[in-house]
Amino acid sequence: MLAEDSLLLREGLASILDRAGHDVRDSVGDADTLLAVVRKEPPDVVITDVRMPPGHSDEGLRAAAAIRAELPAIGILVLSQYVADAYLSTLLETTTGGIGYLLKDRVGHVTEFLESLDRVANGGTVVDPEVVRQLLARRRNDGPLAALTPRELEVLALMAEGRVNASIAEQLVVSEAAVRKHVGNIFAKLRLEEGLDRRVSAVLTYLRG
Amino acid sequence: MPVGATAIGVLVGLAALSALLSPILIGILMLTAFPLIGAAIGWMERWRAGLMLVDGISSPHAQLPIALSLKQRLSFRRREQASMRALGYGFVLGVLIWPLSALFAGISATILLTTLAAPIIAADDELGMGPWTLDTAGEGLLFLVLFGPVFYVFSSYLLGVIAGAEASLAKAMLGPRQEELQRNLAELRRSRLDLVDAFETERARIERHLHDGVQQRLVGLTMTLGLAELDLPDGEGRRLVVKAHSEAEAALADLRAAVRGIHPRVLVDHGLEAAVREVADRMPLPVTVQLSTTRLPPPIEAAAYFVVSEALANVAKHAQATKCEVSGWVDRERLVITIQDDGIGGARLGAGTGLTGLVTRLDALGGTLDVDSPPGGPTRLRMECPCRLGD
Repeated sequence: MLAEDSLLLREGLASILDRAGHDVRDSVGDADTLLAVVRKEPPDVVITDVRMPPGHSDEGLRAAAAIRAELPAIGILVLSQYVADAYLSTLLETTTGGIGYLLKDRVGHVTEFLESLDRVANGGTVVDPEVVRQLLARRRNDGPLAALTPRELEVLALMAEGRVNASIAEQLVVSEAAVRKHVGNIFAKLRLEEGLDRRVSAVLTYLRG
Repeated sequence: MPVGATAIGVLVGLAALSALLSPILIGILMLTAFPLIGAAIGWMERWRAGLMLVDGISSPHAQLPIALSLKQRLSFRRREQASMRALGYGFVLGVLIWPLSALFAGISATILLTTLAAPIIAADDELGMGPWTLDTAGEGLLFLVLFGPVFYVFSSYLLGVIAGAEASLAKAMLGPRQEELQRNLAELRRSRLDLVDAFETERARIERHLHDGVQQRLVGLTMTLGLAELDLPDGEGRRLVVKAHSEAEAALADLRAAVRGIHPRVLVDHGLEAAVREVADRMPLPVTVQLSTTRLPPPIEAAAYFVVSEALANVAKHAQATKCEVSGWVDRERLVITIQDDGIGGARLGAGTGLTGLVTRLDALGGTLDVDSPPGGPTRLRMECPCRLGD
């Protein structure tokens, strides 16, 4: 399910998804149609632009929040010309994973984009590195994250980007075992309950600051 | 003086004519046109006063938009209080001032002329001047020498007083009243606000244009290049495509930064605090942000946002500071924002700081910007602005 008001990008996205063997069931150009179509026949994943007609503000984002509230099983990947962590809270208010927020530029890195899409479809969380950078810069000193060491924060930030342990290990130039140890410490320090997807919960805790 | 006579002549003539014709419609129509005659008298008298008074009398009439037709203009002028006042002035001028000053001028002239001519008249005839009777040329000459200057000074003074009184009356009745001055001020402020608003609209238009046009095309380009990368075998061709891809991405990043400087999206969607935090996060030094404001009218949010981002840019560039603090709150319907660093100080407005334009912008909103930056630091900027437009 695709919602994007620019015909050019809608076609581009559709052809990328087609190539990867995904089935683009519908593509629409505004938020109202998006909601109507999703309610009628829920897809696996919705990819939506933030800014769409009629208001050209954050209609896509609000539609995403509405879908999340009504049909939590649908994965939602939000694309934007421009990312800022302020928009993230709108998405995270109702969410328990299965959400992605990426700069449109990332679509061009086709392989990584498709990986992100898969993660969202499987209930994971993917946040654009740019947003993660903004969150890091915020240097919050209170909340549950205060207990984490800088290294653990780094690992958590990479988890938020949707990376798996192997990829985090590669990025930080450490062994995968070391990453697993950090991840375990993070789960312990954030007091995450067993049973839930702890990786997703940790990331959400991080993103909510 | 003839102005008074003319004015009263015209008024009385027209009034009589209108009264005569008032049983039929045209007379009533003529009566309603009287304020316009007042406006004409006012216009002429102000011109006349401009010849005598150093700073003249400014017009009390409101400025009318150029687009109005002549009929609309006349009907507006007819309803203006200032026109009625000018009509009243014309009446007073005609019935009171003009006869009075004519009388005084006549008496003074007669006395002066008689005094001047006293030696000649007294030589032939006897001339009664107050308690004295002059009957020789010598006595006449003596009278002229003794009383001529006194009469001259006295009558000049009297005429001066009358002219002065007339001028004050003209100023009071033909000049702008307090509320009319205030209205002019309000008009001025409104037109500046309109200007600020027009800028804001224009910025939004440019941003929209960039977003819908150039940005989408560039994103489309990165998508196509991304797909091409997948298909190309390793080699020079692929290397170039990858390079083109990263160049397109760099162009997108540049464009995003430019758009942020024109009309930041976060500001529109999430307000001042979110937008300021975003700028703060971008700074190379730690910036604490404490803002407790609700949503404000867009031009005010925009002005505040650009003040903060320009101030922070200056801190990063010149202050050699290690940290910076942005605080904002609303106090008695006024938005107050302070930006304080621990840098070397010596900052001032003007001299290409980029804040100068923002001061003008704030000024139009009724706001102020103060810089306190002693050499050796620290620098503290304080911005204040009413929370409502047009205050």
